[in-house]
Amino acid sequence: VNGLLTQSFLTALVAGGIVAAVPLMFTALGESVSERAGVLNIGLEGMMLLGAYLGFLGAYELHSEWLGFLAGVAGGLSGAIVMALLSVSMGLDQIVVGIAITLAGEGITSVLQQAQFKGKFPGLGNPATVAIPGLSRIPVLGHSLFDQPLLVYLGIGLLALVAWVFRTTSWGLNLRAAGEKPEALDAAGISVLAVRTYAVLTTGALAGLGGAYLAIVGANTFTPFMTQGQGFIAIVIAMLARGKPLWVGVSSFVFGICLSIGTALQLTSINISSDVISMLPYIAIMAALILFARGSYLPPALCLPYVRGGK
Amino acid sequence: VVAVALEAEATVDASPEPGARVAEPTRMARWWRTIVRSLAPVILALVAGGLLLLALGQNPVSFYVAVWQGGVESGGWQNSAVLMAPLLLIALGLIVVFRAGIWNLGYDGQYLLGAALVAGFGPSILATWPTPLAYAVLFLVAGCAGALWTLIPAVLKAWYEVNEIITTLMMSFIGVGVANILVKGPFQDHSVNIPQTRTIPFSKLLPNLSGTRVHVGVLLALGAVVVVHYMLTRTSYGLRLQVLGANPRTARHVGINVRRVIVSSFLWSGFLIGVAAAVDVLGLWAYVRANWNPGYGDTVIPFVFLARLNPLAVVPFIAFYAVLSTGGDLAAQQANLPTDFLLVLVALILLFMTVIEYLGRRRDLGQSYLTPGLKEALRRPLVRRRSAQ
Repeated sequence: VNGLLTQSFLTALVAGGIVAAVPLMFTALGESVSERAGVLNIGLEGMMLLGAYLGFLGAYELHSEWLGFLAGVAGGLSGAIVMALLSVSMGLDQIVVGIAITLAGEGITSVLQQAQFKGKFPGLGNPATVAIPGLSRIPVLGHSLFDQPLLVYLGIGLLALVAWVFRTTSWGLNLRAAGEKPEALDAAGISVLAVRTYAVLTTGALAGLGGAYLAIVGANTFTPFMTQGQGFIAIVIAMLARGKPLWVGVSSFVFGICLSIGTALQLTSINISSDVISMLPYIAIMAALILFARGSYLPPALCLPYVRGGK
Repeated sequence: VVAVALEAEATVDASPEPGARVAEPTRMARWWRTIVRSLAPVILALVAGGLLLLALGQNPVSFYVAVWQGGVESGGWQNSAVLMAPLLLIALGLIVVFRAGIWNLGYDGQYLLGAALVAGFGPSILATWPTPLAYAVLFLVAGCAGALWTLIPAVLKAWYEVNEIITTLMMSFIGVGVANILVKGPFQDHSVNIPQTRTIPFSKLLPNLSGTRVHVGVLLALGAVVVVHYMLTRTSYGLRLQVLGANPRTARHVGINVRRVIVSSFLWSGFLIGVAAAVDVLGLWAYVRANWNPGYGDTVIPFVFLARLNPLAVVPFIAFYAVLSTGGDLAAQQANLPTDFLLVLVALILLFMTVIEYLGRRRDLGQSYLTPGLKEALRRPLVRRRSAQ
């Protein structure tokens, strides 16, 4: 147990936890927007991969991580446009379309990666970080907590922004109405389909950004299937956070720690099989779902396409 | 009971498309419509996939010719037939739950757990016990492992209405991990460098049909298709599943024990997927390697929907995919593409399927193909609706 409290272990755990948590945070934040509006986005995994591939490609070809992040947003959006057209405008089954987007994202990024790089996995440099003066010099954890790429701080700002939009603006109210009682929103003279479309596009952009962060900052490269189910973890985080952005941040960090425990443990003398460790986040989620089975909340109109004048 | 059943069936017939009141077409026309709507997505996906190949600088015609050569000609059909056995059983497992309106997306974990157990216990059980008894036990072990792995999601769904898509997926990731731990731990064959289980001797694998490399597991899968079809269409249990799938409130109203049906359909689904693993390991692979995952389930899903959750209709679709997959692996190697290209084809089939279903429904109702929302979206994509209305 003493091995667990060394400084190197703690810094590796926290720093790795944040690196793993940021993609989850962006993606889960996006999912909570579209879940609020009544669209369950099973295609997140595919959108993350599209964002990761295009983000990596952008950063690699254009030599700028910011252009990479932008390309990642575009990648996520491309998946979201398909989702919005098919399951919002046309009202097709959200789950079937979502599965298709996930499969397409997995397949196409793997094919393109192979076509582009012929079996090589070129890396990127380490991204620049911004240290917060003062705080980053706190002993033990200061450096790993407060010396992050700029996007991390922006992401935390985004959490607050979305929380503010949800809580106080009419956009937030419209979103919630689209998921809780779309008829009421329609009766109030606001297009349900438009609200849901914007929600899905926001989700796609954020999932793409999350994927791009995973590739550019987390792995410094793109490998096929690199998300390994993080899109699904993000859905669960959004469900457990009940659509509250601040809880999205907290639970992303907890799951990020779960994901980074494996690497951190390699610095200690404790020897646990990597298979056990890679199962940890999923076991944590199942435990959370069993314990708080009645606590997770989903809007009543989730997964139901809105048809004006339908039953 | 009959009256209740008939009433329920009437509800089922009326409910799939709200607002759809269609003049009944003739039998021939209905057949024709079903065939067109099932085949069109496949053809469109192959065309779109061909365009993608062109964009990647490949020749789509020679790619598809290579698929045909590898999957059908010169004995390729035998490999395709062997691949059909696990695919069919997984398809049946999915049909059982999908009919009840439940999503079991945990097939990977259920399959791999079953496979790991069969490959782990197989060599010693087959060496000591009489072969038929050993087969029976191994099939049961794999089936029960698959069924057990659905139990937590089933109970959470039945009692607390926890979304089963999430729970089955999470259990799947855990199942894949447990299978890996089993293969690298208690079941590992230490005489080989790569972590894998001991190999079942060739003579103890499922016997082949005379003169071919096709094992009897394929017949077993086809038999299971008939049995499941009977169960779903000719028994009260099948009707209960269908009523639950069509409308859970109706199901409760006509006195169906909804919790029991949810749990039992999950268990059947997991059982069939576990048996698929047993057939595959005992018929084809003979051992399981660590981190091995054939990923059958993802690719089966579109064909289950195209067959309209009908076990008999799923057979030709699975045969088609088995050829595509067997030949596609070879064709992709020749073209120097990753085999993940097949995932793109499968995704395209799913997308075209939903679109064609939608167009067909609009056509049946005599309406325009475009919904008001879509028309509006095309006309004014980014205008703020709020001020416009």
